[in-house]
Amino acid sequence: MISADLTSLLALYQGRGREALLPVLWDIHHHYGYVSAEAAQVIGHTLHVPLADIYGVIEFYAMFYDRPTGKRIIRVCQDPLCALVGSADICQALSERLHIEPGETTADGAYTLELAPCLGQCDHAPAALVNTTAHGHLHSDRLDDLLQNTPTPLKTRLGGMLRIALANVGQVDPASLQDYRDNAGFAGLYKALSMSPAEIIKTISDSGLLGRGGAAFPAGRKWEFTAKGPGQTRYFIVNGDESEPGAFKDRVLMEGDPFRILEGLMIGCYAIGATQGYIYIRGEYQLPYERIQHAVDQLYAAGMLGANALGPAKALDIEVRRGAGAYICGEETALMESIEGKRGMPRLRPPFPTTYGLFGQPTVINNIETVAKIAPIMLHGAAFYRGLGTSDAAGSKLFAVSGCVRRPGVYEVVFGVPLRHIIEELAGGALPGRTIQAVLTGGAAGRFMTADQLDTPVNFDSFRQAGGSVGAGTLMVFDDAVDLRQVLAQIAHFFAHESCGKCYPCQMGTQRQLEILQRLAHRQPAAGDRERLIDLAATMTDSSICGLGQTAAMATLSAMERWPELLFDGDRRENG
Amino acid sequence: MDNSHPMIELTIDGQTVQAAPGSTILQAAHSIGIDIPVICYHEATTPNAVCRICTVEVTGQRTLLPACVAQVAPGMQVQTQSERARRSRKVILELLASTVDLAEAPEIQAQMADYQADPQRYDGTRREAGYFDDNPFYIRDYDKCILCWRCMQVCADDAQYVNALTLGGRGFDSHIATFYDQPMPDTSCVFCGQCLGVCPTGALKPKRQALMEQGQPEDVIWLATRPPRRKERKP
Repeated sequence: MISADLTSLLALYQGRGREALLPVLWDIHHHYGYVSAEAAQVIGHTLHVPLADIYGVIEFYAMFYDRPTGKRIIRVCQDPLCALVGSADICQALSERLHIEPGETTADGAYTLELAPCLGQCDHAPAALVNTTAHGHLHSDRLDDLLQNTPTPLKTRLGGMLRIALANVGQVDPASLQDYRDNAGFAGLYKALSMSPAEIIKTISDSGLLGRGGAAFPAGRKWEFTAKGPGQTRYFIVNGDESEPGAFKDRVLMEGDPFRILEGLMIGCYAIGATQGYIYIRGEYQLPYERIQHAVDQLYAAGMLGANALGPAKALDIEVRRGAGAYICGEETALMESIEGKRGMPRLRPPFPTTYGLFGQPTVINNIETVAKIAPIMLHGAAFYRGLGTSDAAGSKLFAVSGCVRRPGVYEVVFGVPLRHIIEELAGGALPGRTIQAVLTGGAAGRFMTADQLDTPVNFDSFRQAGGSVGAGTLMVFDDAVDLRQVLAQIAHFFAHESCGKCYPCQMGTQRQLEILQRLAHRQPAAGDRERLIDLAATMTDSSICGLGQTAAMATLSAMERWPELLFDGDRRENG
Repeated sequence: MDNSHPMIELTIDGQTVQAAPGSTILQAAHSIGIDIPVICYHEATTPNAVCRICTVEVTGQRTLLPACVAQVAPGMQVQTQSERARRSRKVILELLASTVDLAEAPEIQAQMADYQADPQRYDGTRREAGYFDDNPFYIRDYDKCILCWRCMQVCADDAQYVNALTLGGRGFDSHIATFYDQPMPDTSCVFCGQCLGVCPTGALKPKRQALMEQGQPEDVIWLATRPPRRKERKP
């Protein structure tokens, strides 16, 4: 029996194809809490997707379920930062209170308890989600608000030496198009529309803007390649799938200044000749999704999107897409697969997205922070942005600082300042009575720097020489009370949990890396573990398909180089 | 001679080779008798380069490249037996041996011998993906499945367009699955048998063969492998 509800829900998607699969699955979850086989069959017939493929997609994404869940799904973050401040205790307390283990649902169907890899609320650690509502600063003795889902608003601390990406955040009402306009909003777009697409691309190239998602690829070149790509159809995607432990800068931008991101996307679409743009936001980011979607709705209502968005009969449409619990979808080709309604598994490259991207068409995919800088660059000119920072790294960069500091938050600085400025002056330095042991730079797939390297200037070359990594601007600070072996095991857990399973080195290698690092964290090395770990790291780095596998051993290798005794101080015992 | 597509010259293990534009490193290597090991690759299926056993070292490239899909380029210098490439292959084989049952995968066993891979080196959790005996035609012994994807591919766009199979789970827990794990007769499977023909590890096996290996008598085998009765005749 197919319910009338289900039929009317799916009627909205008549005529669409597989690309609508994730939006449909989200709708089904909102109504029923899970996807029954019956519902999946109706979806398959509506969207013309093979039934097995629908099941494969449900299985892939952690926030999709093929069986009933509790009315409230509590997802406790278990990333290294939440672990430092007691996420295990919170999980234990919830387990005892609800009489269920993680992965289970209470008998009355009220709660499901889940462990989540990282929720992007690292400055509010320890954190959890109830369904998709974020809760932070949890304590195992005070769990009523969590269980009742009555959250306290979480406010991320912002600061820095200048405000380019952060200019409007906290200053302009993110829900008001009018307020955005009153604060020079869309001035960048209007200036861009008075220029030719080639002139815009030249401006972006001249500004020296580099991709802010971690790879630091020149944005202008990406746009140029795509504009010159084969065929007539182009797409522009904004990547808001930030999901790595310690990363939360893009959340702040989406929550605080959604119109700026849309303005950048509109300029980008005009420059490369795209009439369809996408913003892909991780499923755990509810507030960013609501803010962005609300902003898109207002732009449609104002006629700034749709048939005449960029001028008479110059159409532009923007669609907001939600992920569903898969870090790998931040990898650009996996993200495209996800929009296409598939398991988010990275594609082989070449071909590259600039020639063969979304739906096989030339596609630009840029990070949220990158796109947030487009409008100010258009408005103030390339020289303004180029003039900030250093010769190898123009402009400003957001850094998300978390862990053992007094003031975790998101800070904007120009390249060239010493790391100490961010860690000590902006983030307040070590907690009282503690000293900094290490800073994991560049995220979970990053490299450790030590307290005596805090005078290193923040730029790509200096960080590289110092054995660090700028990446997406993630700085996780660990003080002298932290056991870095545990941190490494938690990072290994993250990668094993988030490996998509496509290529052998990562699929099996991340699991074995986790097992070995857990042994080492418990000070129980097996004979030969050092060589085992080194060989595994080399193989994942050399032979994995995508950046996840290629960098899954980065933090471990970095720690082994810096502190040869850290993991293997028991070598003699092991060999004896 | 057609000069519109001039041949591409490259070196593989120091030997100069001419290859047609668009050909892969694997094809170019074969043309001069250089063998590069493969696992997931099969002539009848679209290469997905998932096993990475065929990765080779190419001068100037940051990572190793999968020979089954990487195309030749002018002046390319390929090392199929460099230390990096050999180490990667050895570790991948060791990971496989630690994860799945390779008892009926003679080709992979031969590769393990070639690369002196130690099957116990990465001992840890094994992937226990189940044994399914749910139809008269074939059994699925997924503890032997290496996730080469070939069965999924021939079931889909590479041959039958039946789409009975998908990947379930993710990461280490990935496995071949049907719609909601339904038994094969309830799925879109048409029992064409193509998947059995491309399975390299005995994870898919004709039911008759499985029963013969168990030493079952012929009458038992006959009964167990009869096609199900057609639908009841209409009254």
